[in-house]
Amino acid sequence: MEAAIKQSSLDIAAIRAQFPVLKQEVNGYPLTYFDNAATSQKPLRVIEALNQYYSAYNSNIHRGVHTLAEKATNAYEATRNSLQKFINANEKEEIIFTKGTSESINLVAATYGRQNISEGDEIIITGLEHHSNIVPWQMLCEEKGAILKVVPVSNQGEINLDDFKALLSDKTKIVSVAFASNALGTINPVKQIIEAAHKIGAVVLLDAAQAVAHLEVDVQALDCDFLAASAHKMYGPTGVGFLYGKRHLLEQMPPYQGGGEMIKEVTFEKTTYNDIPFKFEAGTPNIADIIAFSEAIGFINELGKENIRVYEDALLDYATQKLTAIDKVKLIGTAQHKVGVLSFIFEGMHPFDVGMMLDARGIAVRTGHHCTMPLMEQFGLEGTIRASFAVYNTFEEIDTFVASLTKIANRIK
Amino acid sequence: MNSVEEIQQDIIEEFEFLADDRESTIFYIMELGQKLPAMDESLKTEENIIKGCQSKVWLTSDYKDGKVYFTADSNTDITKGLISLLIRILSGQTPDTILNTELNFVEKIGMSQVIGSQRSNGFNAMIKQMKLYALGYRAKAQVNK
Ligand SMILES: Cc1ncc(COP(=O)(O)O)c(C=O)c1O
Repeated sequence: MEAAIKQSSLDIAAIRAQFPVLKQEVNGYPLTYFDNAATSQKPLRVIEALNQYYSAYNSNIHRGVHTLAEKATNAYEATRNSLQKFINANEKEEIIFTKGTSESINLVAATYGRQNISEGDEIIITGLEHHSNIVPWQMLCEEKGAILKVVPVSNQGEINLDDFKALLSDKTKIVSVAFASNALGTINPVKQIIEAAHKIGAVVLLDAAQAVAHLEVDVQALDCDFLAASAHKMYGPTGVGFLYGKRHLLEQMPPYQGGGEMIKEVTFEKTTYNDIPFKFEAGTPNIADIIAFSEAIGFINELGKENIRVYEDALLDYATQKLTAIDKVKLIGTAQHKVGVLSFIFEGMHPFDVGMMLDARGIAVRTGHHCTMPLMEQFGLEGTIRASFAVYNTFEEIDTFVASLTKIANRIK
Repeated sequence: MNSVEEIQQDIIEEFEFLADDRESTIFYIMELGQKLPAMDESLKTEENIIKGCQSKVWLTSDYKDGKVYFTADSNTDITKGLISLLIRILSGQTPDTILNTELNFVEKIGMSQVIGSQRSNGFNAMIKQMKLYALGYRAKAQVNK
């Protein structure tokens, strides 16, 4: 533990101090927040950016001639610039603001998918996808008479590249996979998946919801065609996220929704659409949250992805080791490469009950199927208990967590 | 057999004993759950599952000599504990009593704070299902008269 702390160059106490929500007691215990895969907490600079926007320059963006509109538009577009750099997109027009990962995936399914998928075509996903990366494709397949193929998941929670390659054929049009699994933490071999899919001419969407706050994400190095993520899982506000898409694909795609902002010219006979990214941003967007999103990106950038990774890996290793030592605990998902997610079951006790016991001690975890019901079914489980870490979590919190689990284990026998 | 009011009063006193210690209260409910006799596996059918519960709950009933007897089970101990409280109060009572009983212990022991909103919804679904059984038996009894 000492060694791990020394390895990290981050000042965790100073980081924690930036998160007001962490400074509280829950049920008489200091809050231990281990539900970061569901949503992370927000640093003060994000909260203040929201406050600042509404207090100082709230205004609708684009087409405004007045000073406040100009200010709001600049701040809004500044987030697009930050995101472009953050994921190393070639141009900022390749970043489309959405409500989050789910909407980003739905957008691609409803536009690119409807345009390019015909009867008998195949779409490939993996067995560990979040419902958000299953259902939009199922809907598309149903509409078009296309076929959804699923790469199997091993008992360790990994997918095998050969299994994936075996599903590829000239019928494969879209491959949509999680960068990292929210339920098990598995990091998928996305680079190799993309390479193989491109060889047969399929496009690849990465669901990066669980990756953006924890892993290096470089869309040009990966060469993914689309990438979806949510701000709220990366220290940013709820209700916003983004879709990255390669310019030539976005330009060919029909619009997603009609309305203001997305048009060039409207007559009752014909409407011409705006250029990307605006073609996909109909209506007044979530201006405040998108502006504040920029501060979340700034927060991550200042800490440095590499530093975050090293520290979170140390947390994960430490917690894995400690948890494995508890008799009644069985880890679910033991992939070689993982983000800071620990899914487990507790012998003799339902996950729901364990979650409630932990909550009584101020520890926030998630229990249930984590929106991955097919994956849970594969493991023969209704659900798991999931602890997921962020950069503000500490080794001491893991000790508290493990002590609580041990106490529960002793009490139920 | 004690009256439903007496049983409710007993429960309220037992929980008062636990004061406001959330952890002990939850453990107590779990222990009650562990004591609930297991239900025959053949009764754990899709038909007997109560909808609206996050965890699985099976509930069946029998009607004998004018009284309703409930059998229930769940896949989680806390839920079993909760339903064991309801069985303790309502099982062995007449349909009229079951239908007319106000389960005021729920509020008195601050159940919803202890178990949270998801489980409270499930808990209410259990009560509703028990009352539905009682309603059915009362209707049948009237037809048979
Ligand atoms: C892997 C993954 N994909 C998609 C989503 C959906 O994200 P959102 O609810 O922000 O749209 C989540 C959120 O839990 C996730 O973890």
